[in-house]
Amino acid sequence: MTVSVIQFGGSNCDRDAVRALDHIGVDAERVWHEDGLPADTEGIVIPGGFSYGDYLRAGAMAARSPIMDEVRDAADDGVPVIGVCNGAQIGSESGLTPGAFTTNASARFQCEPVHLRVERADTPWTAAYDEGDVIEVPIAHGEGRFEISEAAHADLVADDRVLFRYCDADGNVTDAANPNGSTDNVAGVLGERESVAVLMPHPERATLPDLGRSTDGAGILEAFA
Amino acid sequence: MTAYTATVTVRLKRGVLDPEAETTQQALERLGFELEDLRSADRFEVDLDAADADEAADRADEMAERLLANPTIHDYEVAVAER
Repeated sequence: MTVSVIQFGGSNCDRDAVRALDHIGVDAERVWHEDGLPADTEGIVIPGGFSYGDYLRAGAMAARSPIMDEVRDAADDGVPVIGVCNGAQIGSESGLTPGAFTTNASARFQCEPVHLRVERADTPWTAAYDEGDVIEVPIAHGEGRFEISEAAHADLVADDRVLFRYCDADGNVTDAANPNGSTDNVAGVLGERESVAVLMPHPERATLPDLGRSTDGAGILEAFA
Repeated sequence: MTAYTATVTVRLKRGVLDPEAETTQQALERLGFELEDLRSADRFEVDLDAADADEAADRADEMAERLLANPTIHDYEVAVAER
């Protein structure tokens, strides 16, 4: 599997993603957005960062760039696509996944480890876990508050498309464990296909053993293995 | 063709938390101002040529739908004036 890690101007987690994927034995390369998707792309990472300086809204510009049409087509063909942090913002802005990620309730940039409860274990992204598992992965965002209309949220829950919720170390989904005011503590969601997912926390920052306190994120990236 | 300015105002839907507005309100209160509430909005002024005001408004409307606003969190309005 060759994973394309799409690099926009202002992406800054692209190298981290490639290194994390390399660590788990997945062939990955950075792809400059203007060059388009390589023909041998079998997986796609939209990495974190500050594409286009977060102009207008985080992810808004990158979401309208031509390569995202290719990403949508690839996603429709079943190619696994994951958006992380700014990649999640780009994914939701481009319509790959429902809802929106906007300014944290704290109005601050927050960079801290959080706990996530795995809400679905039967997706490519969570096959390494059991439902209800608690994993520790860091966040680093100013605009990660998940917002969605009541009706769309009801559909999201009814369709079981919440992938991760913020929780405490024991797996309790509480307001205190919600770092950014996200609706229903949602940290990550699935697209129409289970092969498409976005999340605000950074699995690539919790994969390399020498980098920080957790390798719990590796399981998410193993979807590409 | 007539020259128009289409003003697109994008604001958060009622009920969507606006931490930036809250922070701004707090700063105003620290400065000694008394206020009940504060809302912020983005305003885009788009200069364009169109056959008539309706066409100019339609085009600005599409700009808002496709980029300037995010329908999940935003409402928007368009006002057109000859330039």
